[in-house]
Amino acid sequence: MTITSPSPAQVRQRTVSLTIDGRTITVPEGTTIWQAARDLGIDIPTLCHDERYDAVGVCRLCVVDVGGRADAAACIRPCEDGMQVATATPEIQNRRKVLTELLVADQPPREEDPKQTTTADNELIAVAESYGIDGVDDLFAGLSRGTDMSNPVIAVDHDACILCDRCVRACDDIQGNDVIGRSGKGYTTRIAFDLNDPMGASSCVTCGECVSACPTGALTNKPINNIPIQPREQLDAVDTVCPYCGVGCALTFYVDRERGGISFAEGRDQPGNQGRLCVKGRYGWDYAASPQRLTKPLIRVDSSYPKGALSADVKEDIRQPGPDRKRGRKPGGLVPYDEVMPHFREASWDEALDLVGRRLSEIYAESGSDGIAGFGSAKCSNEEAYLFQKLIRTAFRSNNVDHCTRLCHASSVAALFEGVGSGAVSTTYGDIANADVAIVTGSNTTANHPVASSFFKQARRNGTTIINVDARATGISDHADIFCRIKPGTDVAFYNAVMHEVIRLDLVDREFIESRTSNYDALAKMVEAYPPELAAQITGLDADVIRQVARLWGEAKAGVVYWGMGISQHTTGTDNARCLIAMCSITGNVGRPGTGLHPLRGQNNVQGASDAGLIPMFYPNYQPASDSDTRVLFEEAWGTELNPDNGLTVTEIIKSILDDGVRGMYMLGENPFLSDPNINKVRKALSKLDFLVVQDIFLTETAEFADVVLPASSYLEKDGTYTNTDRRVQLGRKVFDPPGEARLDWEIVQQIANRVGLDWNYQSPREVFEEMVPLMSDYANLDYDNLGLAGKLYPNSDPDNSDGTVVLFDERFNTDDELAHLVPAEWLPAKELPSEEYPFVLNTGRLLQHWHTGSMTRRSFALDSISPRAEVYVNPEDAAELGLVDGGLARVSSRRGEIVLHVKVSHRDQRGNIFIPFHFREAAANLLTIDEIDPVGKIPEFKFCAVTIAPVGDRESVRVGGSAP
Amino acid sequence: MTEVQDSVFDADIHAKAKEIISRYPQSRSALLPMLHLVQSVQGHVSQEGIAFCGKHLDLTDAEVSAVATFYTMYKRKPCGEHLLSVCTNTLCAAMGGDAIYRKLQEHLGAEGKPLGHEATAGTPGEPGSITLEHAECLAACDLAPVLQVNYEFYDNQTEQSAVELVDALQRGEKPAPTRGAPLTDLKSAELQLAGFFPEDAERFAADVDGPSAATETLRGAALAQERGWVAPPMREENA
Repeated sequence: MTITSPSPAQVRQRTVSLTIDGRTITVPEGTTIWQAARDLGIDIPTLCHDERYDAVGVCRLCVVDVGGRADAAACIRPCEDGMQVATATPEIQNRRKVLTELLVADQPPREEDPKQTTTADNELIAVAESYGIDGVDDLFAGLSRGTDMSNPVIAVDHDACILCDRCVRACDDIQGNDVIGRSGKGYTTRIAFDLNDPMGASSCVTCGECVSACPTGALTNKPINNIPIQPREQLDAVDTVCPYCGVGCALTFYVDRERGGISFAEGRDQPGNQGRLCVKGRYGWDYAASPQRLTKPLIRVDSSYPKGALSADVKEDIRQPGPDRKRGRKPGGLVPYDEVMPHFREASWDEALDLVGRRLSEIYAESGSDGIAGFGSAKCSNEEAYLFQKLIRTAFRSNNVDHCTRLCHASSVAALFEGVGSGAVSTTYGDIANADVAIVTGSNTTANHPVASSFFKQARRNGTTIINVDARATGISDHADIFCRIKPGTDVAFYNAVMHEVIRLDLVDREFIESRTSNYDALAKMVEAYPPELAAQITGLDADVIRQVARLWGEAKAGVVYWGMGISQHTTGTDNARCLIAMCSITGNVGRPGTGLHPLRGQNNVQGASDAGLIPMFYPNYQPASDSDTRVLFEEAWGTELNPDNGLTVTEIIKSILDDGVRGMYMLGENPFLSDPNINKVRKALSKLDFLVVQDIFLTETAEFADVVLPASSYLEKDGTYTNTDRRVQLGRKVFDPPGEARLDWEIVQQIANRVGLDWNYQSPREVFEEMVPLMSDYANLDYDNLGLAGKLYPNSDPDNSDGTVVLFDERFNTDDELAHLVPAEWLPAKELPSEEYPFVLNTGRLLQHWHTGSMTRRSFALDSISPRAEVYVNPEDAAELGLVDGGLARVSSRRGEIVLHVKVSHRDQRGNIFIPFHFREAAANLLTIDEIDPVGKIPEFKFCAVTIAPVGDRESVRVGGSAP
Repeated sequence: MTEVQDSVFDADIHAKAKEIISRYPQSRSALLPMLHLVQSVQGHVSQEGIAFCGKHLDLTDAEVSAVATFYTMYKRKPCGEHLLSVCTNTLCAAMGGDAIYRKLQEHLGAEGKPLGHEATAGTPGEPGSITLEHAECLAACDLAPVLQVNYEFYDNQTEQSAVELVDALQRGEKPAPTRGAPLTDLKSAELQLAGFFPEDAERFAADVDGPSAATETLRGAALAQERGWVAPPMREENA
């Protein structure tokens, strides 16, 4: 049995009966008059009220006659037994009319109203019209309260504001950003951002929740990409899913067919995101309309062999400093098309596909399965992932197929498989609402999973204790009850000590340990060696803080852990995750609402791509490639002989190229040049490939090394399913046709398949999905027709009637013996510790506004305007000691490379640590990172390497970028 | 929590903040005196001041900002050594308050450029600098027109007496208020408003206490006494 939804409080609800406009109704106690009236089909006008937010009753438009001396605000007044309510007496109507006149009096003229002239759904104007108020000229209108155009995508018109506080509640209560308040008093009262700052200069994160909340023209979207914002009914609404992160928010694009662009986006109700969006989802979709989209197949010209990088940024070899090494360096961070395009010629699809088919077949004939490898993409659909791995596995009998999961949660997945027998989350992000303690660790949730973080913040306001364990003080630490700022790479020591203390205080769940786990004694023996005092020395924390965390966790009735790359991207990544699994298991915190294990997945479809078998050791649904029964199953399903050996992982494939193993590669939508560690090594490997075909929507750094570049479709141009971090399978729907001759990714994969000896004839993604599901037991019962608008969680025994399974493992784990396997882990230091020469620890990660290698987000107007440049985050004391100034330039060097970028002095990083986001090619963090990998998960140690940092004095002669030492 | 890092407020002010917070069952109740506390350091509520209050009270910048901008006693721009408030509410205005305010605007302003509301003559914070404001009712109608320096009363003013007062302040003198405590400066007054007084009884009496009643205020009572008037008895006594 599985729990399909958080169990509602089984309290017997008391009811009250009342009369509204002469009709009697019985409602649960606590129901407001407004709600009860609505249940009767009586609409009471409101401006400040919106069901998404707590009622505040400030606009007074909803007043009704309840027989007393004063009218009652229906939106906030609870129904009482025997109450006689009149909602629309002439007196009441007159009061509403006068109130509306007062509000309308100092509104901007209707023909200039920022909302009425765009989406045309100004609620105040609608109310005014219902009272026959056209405009009010005979009332005093004071001085203008001004406008604020400082945010690139949100316009503020204070004159249109009626101080309904909806935006304040949206910002505080829903998104938990706490930016908007009020300032002043009387007529000059305005909404204010932080310290009454301009919106663009405030701590606003441009999630746009306030815009979606505003009933008037006070907060409106600005047009993006010159597509005017128009009335909804004139636009085509496409219900789909956000293309960015693993939270997988449901949204609607309002499409201007005439101009061929998106006018605006809005969150859509779905059990996960509940209509919320972040800046990327709401404003970051215009990349697909970039004029830089690839629209024709490209073939490298003969004169551009032997192969190598083509643009100055990508070309630069740090080991060969030359006199012209600064030549051609451009700030701005996209592949310079003018430099790269002359090395390619346009070709017909037939010519390009024939060439791909011929060369890959030749290499396979010469070198066999070991000579071919493919990188699929976690940005593409489940169907595309499935077809891609099927192509590599069947046409080339090779399991050398991997994708960027290797770079994010491979270690978490390895530990979860070993521990609980499943790589997916055991509960949803929304289930935090049922937890009394949540540990959020190694996750910059507010930047990387912003909408999930809004539920974390909301849970805390509702009483969940949040413990944040991280080397950096990220946005979520501001909302934590306890922030444990550990030294980087000391997670195992911390969690071992927490378990030590939980066991010492006998706060373990004995029954759970006995009936549901194995290997407890070995674990207990290991953690016995980690008293809080020892962990305090290793982690830099106070031993009492560790004790406090242990007590809170041990005493929690429901405890849940959410983690991110700070756990996984270490050479001890698997051990880190093992500790989290053990910590949950010994306290019985798995398998009930508000408990469990949730590695927050990065890409929109990293869960789905992994599920679909884009992993060198797994067939679809994590069926081991090395297992002969599985192999036979897939040999029968696919009608061909398969390779019995595990394939190589991303980092191993790069190494294999250099060792004369892999010679030919197919890369679908991946950009390993920027995303993989130790770029200098990647550059060598990519140059060495005999044949590389890159399928992408833009020229990427990786495409510079390609023989053939195939123009693919963006997310907005295709149908398909995507699986989010919660295991929610959702339909992404096509918004536009691909530009020019660009083709759908699944079609391109099929066309290549048919040129390397396969005979495929899929007609649609639906047909692919129907082939996949019988091979993937977790996806059983799901089909295109029952996924619906909100998608479904898997496993799901009855998709027609159920949203699916929220909590896994309520009775047994997915391991062979159905027990959770506790795996003790010894703390090990990181591979490259700081030294005298390289005294700082470099941490890398993402920013709220950017996505991975920036090929999408840096082509988005909103995102690139808000966050245009590469910065290194440095602790104020370190900055002062080194003479680094905020906004100045610094050179950061490791044993592998060197970059120059701007300094951001920040309290978020502890002394001795610096942080660089990896989105910026002109200052690529991965020139510095180390390609040491976790022995189990094979994930690189992106979160820890030794560097040195120094100010760059001469601003004139040095531009931002990577350069020779 | 990220650590509170600032150079504006020293350890003593942090300690005082904690003391203020300890006076209330809920920390957020301490916001009003806290804003006076930060004003006692900087002479106005700066952005650092707002952040300081927010951090100590677990309130957002926007919440503190809303309160700081609502009440007129919190100044958002740096103020002078003294804050001069001229009552221009109905009675004072009619009795000469408007004229006094205009006169002081001209007197403290530059040629042809009268000093504006909440503007400062001199360099804010420097000795002799004065911030001028017109104020709503100061609750001393019987003594109209009144003005206040750092919230100490100067009653029954005229244009001339007001000019003499500001000239004295600019010379660095501290003319005695008509009633109440001796004049200090705005920052010291703000510390008292935050609830910090000299512990020594003698100093308390000298610095803070002072006769607040004026003859005008008590005239009605005196007249009643003289003529033997008494208030009607309370109803209970009637029964």
